[in-house]
Amino acid sequence: MLSYVARRGLQSLIALMGLLVLVFFLARLTGDPAYLYLPLDSTEAQRAAFNQLHGFDDPLIVQFLRYLGDILRLDFGMSLSRNLPAMQVALEAFPRTLQLAVVAMTLALSLSIVVGVLAAARPGGAFDRLGTTASLAGASAPDFWVAIVAILVFSVNLGLLPTSGTGSPLHWIMPIAVLTLRPFGLLTQVVRGTMLGVLTSPYVKTARAKGIARRKILFVHALRNAMLPVVTVAGDLAAGLVNGAVVVESIFGWPGIGKLMIDAIIRRDFALIQATVLVTAVAIFVLNIVIDLIYAALDPRISHQAG
Amino acid sequence: MTGARTPLVAVENLTVDFHSGAGSFRAVEGVSFHVDPGETLVILGESGSGKSVSSSAIMGLIDMPPGEIVTGRILYEGRDITHLTEAERAAFNGSKIAMIFQDPLSHLNPVFTIGWQLAEVYTAHGKCDRAEARRRSVEVLRRVGIPDPETRIDWYPHQFSGGQRQRIMIGMAIALDPKVLIADEPTTALDVSVQGQVLELMRKLQREDGLAIIMITHDLEVAASMADRIVVMNQGNIVERGEARQVFARPRHAYTRRLMSALPDHDAKAERPESTAEPILEVRRLTKYYGLPAGAEPRPAMKPAVGDVSFTLRKGQTIGIVGESGSGKSTIARMLLRLTPTTSGEVLFHGEDVLAMDRRRLLAYRRRAQMVFQDPYSSMNPRMSVFRIISEPWIIHPDILPKAKWRDRVAELLGLVGLRPEHADRHPHQFSGGQRQRIAIARALACDPELIVCDEAVSALDVSIQMQVIELLADLRERLGLSYIFITHDLPIVRDFADRVLVMKSGRLVEEQETEALFRRPREDYTRMLVNAAPKPKWEVEPGAARPAERAATERVGG
Repeated sequence: MLSYVARRGLQSLIALMGLLVLVFFLARLTGDPAYLYLPLDSTEAQRAAFNQLHGFDDPLIVQFLRYLGDILRLDFGMSLSRNLPAMQVALEAFPRTLQLAVVAMTLALSLSIVVGVLAAARPGGAFDRLGTTASLAGASAPDFWVAIVAILVFSVNLGLLPTSGTGSPLHWIMPIAVLTLRPFGLLTQVVRGTMLGVLTSPYVKTARAKGIARRKILFVHALRNAMLPVVTVAGDLAAGLVNGAVVVESIFGWPGIGKLMIDAIIRRDFALIQATVLVTAVAIFVLNIVIDLIYAALDPRISHQAG
Repeated sequence: MTGARTPLVAVENLTVDFHSGAGSFRAVEGVSFHVDPGETLVILGESGSGKSVSSSAIMGLIDMPPGEIVTGRILYEGRDITHLTEAERAAFNGSKIAMIFQDPLSHLNPVFTIGWQLAEVYTAHGKCDRAEARRRSVEVLRRVGIPDPETRIDWYPHQFSGGQRQRIMIGMAIALDPKVLIADEPTTALDVSVQGQVLELMRKLQREDGLAIIMITHDLEVAASMADRIVVMNQGNIVERGEARQVFARPRHAYTRRLMSALPDHDAKAERPESTAEPILEVRRLTKYYGLPAGAEPRPAMKPAVGDVSFTLRKGQTIGIVGESGSGKSTIARMLLRLTPTTSGEVLFHGEDVLAMDRRRLLAYRRRAQMVFQDPYSSMNPRMSVFRIISEPWIIHPDILPKAKWRDRVAELLGLVGLRPEHADRHPHQFSGGQRQRIAIARALACDPELIVCDEAVSALDVSIQMQVIELLADLRERLGLSYIFITHDLPIVRDFADRVLVMKSGRLVEEQETEALFRRPREDYTRMLVNAAPKPKWEVEPGAARPAERAATERVGG
């Protein structure tokens, strides 16, 4: 198993290298930062001096090799806009995103498992129809719209919740609710669908013949088998959240990595773009390895020893 | 009913319907039977006869809806158990009546250890705590013949062989000492050598515990070896019932007589003279290692899937290749048609090396050598009409037939395999399993082949249908001068059909003989075991005495 993690780590490293190259050159397509950071009436000479100071006047390949060299010394460059080490800024923002993501995913998973399993237990029943409608609505409602309407209703009209920012527990409610909605909707659909299939499987019949209580058949015998596709989809959704829920963080002014990334792109803050992408990429690689390990834990027939 | 005594389980006048959007389907109608302590009742029938429905009703396993018990009731020691509440049902199942099923792999939960699944029976019925349940589980595993149960209790189902899985299922069923065991086709998915061991285990438990067994099967020999009494079902009705011996000796109903005629008769037949026709296929030292890159030398520790198999097929001849699962018989079929690469060896078709053919020659060869697969359900595109299925080879080989003649030829081929011309416009799902296999044969014939490789071509079919398909193949052999390679796990089936038989075991050719000689004078122990594997009727064996052959088999634990 350790060797599996090591092998996956190595593969991720190669992918990471490719990503670094891509992001480095793409970032430089966003334009010349000197125009943004110097006053509008700055002279050609001032801009040249700015570029020389930050090394933007060297050929791209030289800049890239210097960037690689710096990374090896764990120096990820200075953020132009904040005047702080870029990695430090990214690592400060990331936990705030992670907190949102973990809470939202936990909520979405628990809710969708309960609703999905109970819906599949009596397909076509009242609870099934209610749950299916709710999950479809959750899966299809655009989050930016839900976020804005929520602000309008709960903050502007009712004055119950703060519109944006952080600070009190109240600040958490709306971002988490909005972030939970879509994963809840999608996961409920997946749980219900796979449970319907699993409940017709022969081993469920065996459990009934053994006289196992229905609740245990649903939530132990069947659910454990239905979890594999759920984990796949949940992993995908979690990657989206870790990536920074860009829209939701922007709307609620949540200082997470998604908002930071957008700000860095708008400000042509090359070092910060690279640092944020690197952090989220590593997080997603780790997430994927964890999901593979969860697979193996859920299904003993999957082995990471060979192949 | 036997006098005033209350039977252990009685099914009275049971009628079950299944409702669907397309209408209602009556699965069983007015079915009554009973079973007494210590006896075995066999419910015999082919697929679709409704034989499993009544036992599912006893266990409360029929989903309602779509199922509906229209009339009748089920009594356990005189108590009506037709409609129990969920809690009553959970308390009843497993403790009073237990059930085992056909395919033990899919009926065991793949993600829990067998120990967990076994111990759960005790804890769910509140018999004892987890630690005690585990101790008892080890004992049950030992009793059903799982070697080293202390270790294996923590294994998962996929780590056991088929026979062991069925032993585990049986162990789970008898864990709480139920009075009745319902066995639904318990040995159908198992190799013949394992089948006898599992049946003997069931008989042993019956002797020791006085268990009543309700056994559902389509297999006449299995039925004969287990039954005290028999109920024969056809299309949802009981057509015959009685003492097993009587039913087998003097079947009264026409359907039962037809079923019995499918039993292979053991009368000696004339040995066939050695064919001297020209060889059409010569196979020399055919060997296959899986997972070996082309050109690499196998390491000594590696076991070949097929090792050093040689034989010669002559024109008009049929060679049966017989072996249990994992013997390499299907790998041979795939190598012969170059559907899988060969590690080493030669396949000569009319003297030309098949393995060295270029694309063009290979296409021509594949036209001459056709294949019929086991599963007629999945080897046909469900969206194609029968006409398209049969005429498809003519698109691939345009020189066979001009398009104008396709209709007539399809009609002709359908007639040849015993179907009607108007069947050409139907789709595969509108046919029964046997009819689909006829369509598959017609498709193979469309290429005017010389050789047809049948890979378990009748294994998925009911016994009476098996005989019809084999008769069809034999008839076509006479009329069209075909040669066959007939691959099967069922040795008796080739007795009337094959000229020579090759017996395979673990990738090796164990024995090759002229068919009748092989049945009469098998040279190898393994062949002898296969020849004698068919279970003997219960009444031919001394009551209470274990059969010598099967006792020997049970002692080789690990089945």
